[in-house]
Amino acid sequence: MSTADIVILALGVVAIGSGVMVVSTRQLVHAALWLVVSFGALAASYVVLAAEFVAWVQVLIYVGAVVVLLLFGIMLTRAPIGRSEDLDSGNRIVAIITAAATAVVLVTTLVRGFRDAYFPLKARVGNGSSSVIGAGIFRTWVLPFEALSVLLLAALIGAIVLSRSDIGPEQAEPEPTPPARPRSRPPGPLARRKPRGADDEDTIVISRIDEGA
Amino acid sequence: MHLVYPVVIAAVLFSVGVYGVLARRNAILVLMSVELMLNAVNLNLVVFDMRWADRLHGGQVLTLFVIVLAAAEVGLGLALVLLIYRNRQTVDVDRLRTLHEDREEGARQ
Amino acid sequence: MIVLAAVAVLLPFAAAFIGMIFGPTISHLLTPLARRLRRSVPPGAANGRARTLARRLPANGPALVAVLPVAASTVLAAVVAVAQWQHPRPRTGTLTVVRTGGIPFGLSLEVDGTAAVVALLVCCVALAVQIYSVAYMRDDPRYSSYAAFVSLFTAAMLLVVLSGDLLALYVGWEVMGVCSYFLIGHYWHDRATSRAAVKAFLVTRLGDVGFLFGIFVLGLAAHSFEIGTVLGRVPSMSHTTLVAGTLLLLCGLAGKSAQFPLHTWLPDAMAGPTPVSALIHAATMVAAGVYVVARLYPAFLFAPAALAVLGVMAAISMLGAALAALAQDDLKRVLAYSTISQLAYMGGGLAVGTRDGALFHLLAHGAFKALLFLGAGCVIVAVGSNMLSAMGGLRHTMPVTFWSMTVGFAALAGVPPASGFFSKDTILSQAWHATRPEHTQAWFASTPLNSGVQRLTVSVPSVPTWTAWLVLAAGLLTAAVTAAYATRTWLVAFFGERRSATGAGEATGLMRWPVAVLAVPALVIGFLGLGSDELRPELGMTLVSLLFVVAGAGAVFLVWNRDPALDPVRLLGPARPFLRDGFRLDAVYDVLVVRPLVALAEMVVHTDERAVDAAVVGTGRGTRRLGGLLRRTENGNPQTYISGVLAGVVLIVLAVVVLT
Repeated sequence: MSTADIVILALGVVAIGSGVMVVSTRQLVHAALWLVVSFGALAASYVVLAAEFVAWVQVLIYVGAVVVLLLFGIMLTRAPIGRSEDLDSGNRIVAIITAAATAVVLVTTLVRGFRDAYFPLKARVGNGSSSVIGAGIFRTWVLPFEALSVLLLAALIGAIVLSRSDIGPEQAEPEPTPPARPRSRPPGPLARRKPRGADDEDTIVISRIDEGA
Repeated sequence: MHLVYPVVIAAVLFSVGVYGVLARRNAILVLMSVELMLNAVNLNLVVFDMRWADRLHGGQVLTLFVIVLAAAEVGLGLALVLLIYRNRQTVDVDRLRTLHEDREEGARQ
Repeated sequence: MIVLAAVAVLLPFAAAFIGMIFGPTISHLLTPLARRLRRSVPPGAANGRARTLARRLPANGPALVAVLPVAASTVLAAVVAVAQWQHPRPRTGTLTVVRTGGIPFGLSLEVDGTAAVVALLVCCVALAVQIYSVAYMRDDPRYSSYAAFVSLFTAAMLLVVLSGDLLALYVGWEVMGVCSYFLIGHYWHDRATSRAAVKAFLVTRLGDVGFLFGIFVLGLAAHSFEIGTVLGRVPSMSHTTLVAGTLLLLCGLAGKSAQFPLHTWLPDAMAGPTPVSALIHAATMVAAGVYVVARLYPAFLFAPAALAVLGVMAAISMLGAALAALAQDDLKRVLAYSTISQLAYMGGGLAVGTRDGALFHLLAHGAFKALLFLGAGCVIVAVGSNMLSAMGGLRHTMPVTFWSMTVGFAALAGVPPASGFFSKDTILSQAWHATRPEHTQAWFASTPLNSGVQRLTVSVPSVPTWTAWLVLAAGLLTAAVTAAYATRTWLVAFFGERRSATGAGEATGLMRWPVAVLAVPALVIGFLGLGSDELRPELGMTLVSLLFVVAGAGAVFLVWNRDPALDPVRLLGPARPFLRDGFRLDAVYDVLVVRPLVALAEMVVHTDERAVDAAVVGTGRGTRRLGGLLRRTENGNPQTYISGVLAGVVLIVLAVVVLT
């Protein structure tokens, strides 16, 4: 077991531990912060694995952008700051079983498959430098790169369209007092509701159909 | 360097992400768990790129692409979450049940 | 000459289609013409009849389309018959040979003496009926389709008579069956009528199935469907094949010619219009069965078992139908039962070996029975009822009909010199001959058979003697009963007191003249037989049968003379309703056949509803219930869904890992 192995293991423990905290903490903001720790540990792992360019991109985009975006989301949805007891859904038992099964299957398979797999890390130094990666992207992978840029643009426009309320189909002004509960179908058949007026033909017709069905 | 350590770390991290996706109620927390899963995949990609060390560096480049995709995904995902919040005043995943089977209608058929 | 025969067949066929499609249109086109014609006839009492004709006939398109082609066919058939008489030899002509996978069959015609004469009879009766129908069906809104079906029927009957191929013959045979169905059911809105039509169709169909298979048996054994070839190869066929084939053909005869046990449809078929009864159910179609057997007679000669069966069938039908006719109240049903009885005479003639005698009786019967039916139609129109109880004393008001029908009844009863006397006594004489086997042998050898068999030197097996005795006894008894019911009907309808209040006058000319004209052949056709040895009745047998006739007729006359106002049949007493219902055979069939079949059908329906449908519906319900279980999982929570997906993926991976 080399030094690199030990460092990787330590960083892995940090990443997994903080990941567990992300999915188990009772405070939303803490979850975002534990996510930063997990991403940082992964970035450090990339450095150990001699992929320094990917490591910096990880730090820049994940830690710098994505987490900030998530924090914005938390704020915009007026999530409660502080402890909240109902962050886990009723699906928890199933989730634990599924996740554990996934872990067991994956770990068993990987360990059995790569028990004797080693690679010389020292010989790989320089493989992850920005010049090598840049050359790779803009020579070999330039077409996917361009396609990805178009996709990014589409995602950008989509996000704008989705989040701005003055774009899109004509929609009625939100009701003055929006219901607290999600809107669902009315509890009973339409016929049970009182018609708004005796001469309201639509309502009468609907109620007739409903009785006939 | 032993290949098993980083690969097992990635697998466990992925499973943690799976748990988060399945168990968390807040949509933003679900998104975070998705990010965890993506990162586990990224770690895998980098490790195997280093193992084979071919001329194309496909693993690292794909990692970069996935990072970009993750960013786009988070952007769109958050936009959707905000839209849902604006319409429903909640982002709890298990309360968004418009997809469920209409019991009365089913019984009548 | 064969072309003339083919044209004679095709003319009514074309007339049927043209009349069906364009009949009313032609009326429409002819109306202005008729108006001009009427204007051209100068007024005056002397021209009254011409005016009536001008008013009626030209404007009636379907009638023109129906009558003129049949008239042309009659002329052609007469030409063919005369030519055949002068140079008697079979003439054949083949339009085309249809190649099938197995044995080919040809669209061919074959004219010999018999066929020519029967074709002439068919055409004459059809012409009389068509002319008669113009007046009889004058006010019927569906006269057009009626006339077209009569034309189609005529064409089919001519095809049966003239066809040189068994399968083509069968086509005509079936077309006749379906025409009969449509014409019986002409007044279909009456429930009883439509039932009678269905009954006639089903019962004759039962026989037709056997007939078709009989054709197959003979055709396959002979490797040909051509009648001449089949008959030529009869001696080389095995006895079993011949007996099977001929017995199956007898099924067809029993169905079409209304012989026991398939005769029950004929009395009910009287629900159709009277001219149809005259044409189809008396003179021609019912004779087709007898005609076909006569046509294929050599095959029967080699199968005496079939002839014995035919003899028994004929004896039962003969006497039973005559007794039933005696008890009927309905004039048309009297005639219907008498038809069965007379057809049985022909069958009996065939059974005892006189093919020519049977055909002779067929011709005579065709003439006098058409006459009787058309006359009955006149009477029914005049009286307004079918019932004998409503008639009486008509001889003064309807002289033409009376004298014509008197001839008809005389022929039916076998009173000399009417035609029925000669033809019936020919059959009885031959039956007497057949009771003595040594004579039979000689008789067969000298009987001119169809061309293909003439050079036969093989000795023909003889008819069983007991069959001949049976036919002879039944024939003599039937002669008495026939004379009795003919006399009774004649007396009750035309003599005594008038029983109906309606003013019974003579029928219109178009109805009266065909009846009067038909009386001539009914009277004189018997003398034609005197020219040949086979058709001349023996003096001794003639005297014996005449004795029976006089006994039957005399008994009825004596009873009637005691009280002319009453029906002489009252003497039958309690047996009368039994006989009137045709020995209650319908009830027997109802119990034996109809009810089990209906029960079976109900069971099938029940099974279909309770088992098959229930299985289908049950499958649907089960599926829905199972689906209901699955519906529980559709709770709308995406996390549950994803859990399922991921768990499934894990399971699949696990399976792959473990299994490989």
